[in-house]
Amino acid sequence: MSPAEAKVAGTRGPIASWRRLQAMVLRYVYLYRGSWPRLLELTYWPTLQMVMWGFLTIFLASKSGFFVQAGGVLIAAVLLWDVLFRSSLGVSLSFLEEMWSRNLGHIFVSPLRPGEFVAALTLMSLLRVLIGVIPAALLAIWLYEYSVFDMGLPLIAFFTNLQVMGWSFGLIVCGLLMRYGLGAESIAWFAIFAIAPFSAIYYPLSVMPDWLQWIAGILPSTHVFEGMRSVLIDKTFRTDLLFNAVALNAVYLTVAVAVFLRFFRSARERGLILQIGE
Amino acid sequence: MSGPQDGDPPAAIRVSRLTKSYGDVLAVNRLSFSVPVGTTAALLGGNGAGKTTTISMLLGLLLPTHGRVSVLGVDMLKRRYDVLPRMNFSSPYVDLPKRLSARENLMVYARLYGLKKPSRRIGDLAGELDLTAFMDRPSGTLSAGQRTRLALAKALLNEPDVLLLDEPTASLDPDTGDRIRSYLEAYRDTRQATILLASHNMAEVERLCSQVMMMRAGRIVDQGSPAELIRRYGRANLEDVFLDIARHRRTGDAREAAA
Repeated sequence: MSPAEAKVAGTRGPIASWRRLQAMVLRYVYLYRGSWPRLLELTYWPTLQMVMWGFLTIFLASKSGFFVQAGGVLIAAVLLWDVLFRSSLGVSLSFLEEMWSRNLGHIFVSPLRPGEFVAALTLMSLLRVLIGVIPAALLAIWLYEYSVFDMGLPLIAFFTNLQVMGWSFGLIVCGLLMRYGLGAESIAWFAIFAIAPFSAIYYPLSVMPDWLQWIAGILPSTHVFEGMRSVLIDKTFRTDLLFNAVALNAVYLTVAVAVFLRFFRSARERGLILQIGE
Repeated sequence: MSGPQDGDPPAAIRVSRLTKSYGDVLAVNRLSFSVPVGTTAALLGGNGAGKTTTISMLLGLLLPTHGRVSVLGVDMLKRRYDVLPRMNFSSPYVDLPKRLSARENLMVYARLYGLKKPSRRIGDLAGELDLTAFMDRPSGTLSAGQRTRLALAKALLNEPDVLLLDEPTASLDPDTGDRIRSYLEAYRDTRQATILLASHNMAEVERLCSQVMMMRAGRIVDQGSPAELIRRYGRANLEDVFLDIARHRRTGDAREAAA
């Protein structure tokens, strides 16, 4: 094998792919290591939200038997909603870092495949969520004697589904950013909130009008939060809700990756990658 | 412009009827050229002539409307990942992350290109491009000239066989610019690398390039070696040839050829 062939061969296969993914994660580790405001941002909102809703839970528990019986349902909802929000934001903010630094041109002429870039964005999203939410969850144990980890294995199912749903939203936002530039940056912050009222985060699906329940039913998050309440209030893990969430997430993620790749192609057709800006 | 013929030297870059249009605007219009292995060629032209658009298509960052691009015998539209590990580029239109140090930036790209011993290669390049003293400073705090050298270091990390350089010595003082040109010449000669550059520095092009393609409004309007073009236009240097072409003047043999 000639040196030239060896050079190309060395960039093929799953091991080379994994190394490129690691390289992208290293790029973000370097970034966060040198930027305390970015690190603070990771933990700031999850912790603040949890503290506020924790006190609200204490207050409501003193007035209502329901909250005494279902202690922690609000704190768990806050923490799991933050998983979804942070997951989406984790993908889009990592992508925005490349846009802000005008680095996409270098990335897309390196051997890094678009699929690997997507994988790196999702892996970074997972790391950001863990760094942001775990301290808040631990603080809830200390402050309110409530541990979200008491949910046990169902928590892993809820977390995973919300994480994957956040990836889907984040990837579509990245596609929009590629197409419309930094002028569309605010979408990264507000897009996921559009589904908050329909996700049955703090209230059961049954309180919504019938037509809205149909819309809520096509969101994986609705099935997760319904499932969470079932575990915390009825002490029952509903596999039907889990199945719904997994099936919907499979569709969402497939569509999101396809949309991202389509926008990437569109950016290459329109010459947008070297002109990323407002 | 003729396409490749039998008996031509092997081409590292081959472009055939390359066209890019944005609606009614033709940014690049049926461009055909080839660059032989181990040589340096330049795309010259005024602002908006189509140089950066052409380089973007060669890299696969921009998809052509029509035409074909092959690099090292690989079709860039169909199999770009088969050749990207053997290419690299630098451009003033693309930055490296400013919050990362020079060393961190190079380490990330060394790993993206799958280098076996990234630290050694980075150390070597830092020494050769006079970057050693700045390696641990955030890239955003480097001077324009230092950033240009860092971008060049990134472009050379994977020891590319094909190097695309957009304004490679912009922002460099004459001494550093001269050393970088010498470095590029030596790199090309020792590795039989092929370099395609876009530059407004005519002295640089005269020194480095054996082939010059003069572009205007998305087309190659003339090409040849710097000496051929200077003779054809009856001028003293390439800068005067550039001005003749940019201002639609024909002089010397060029006028006769056109007639």
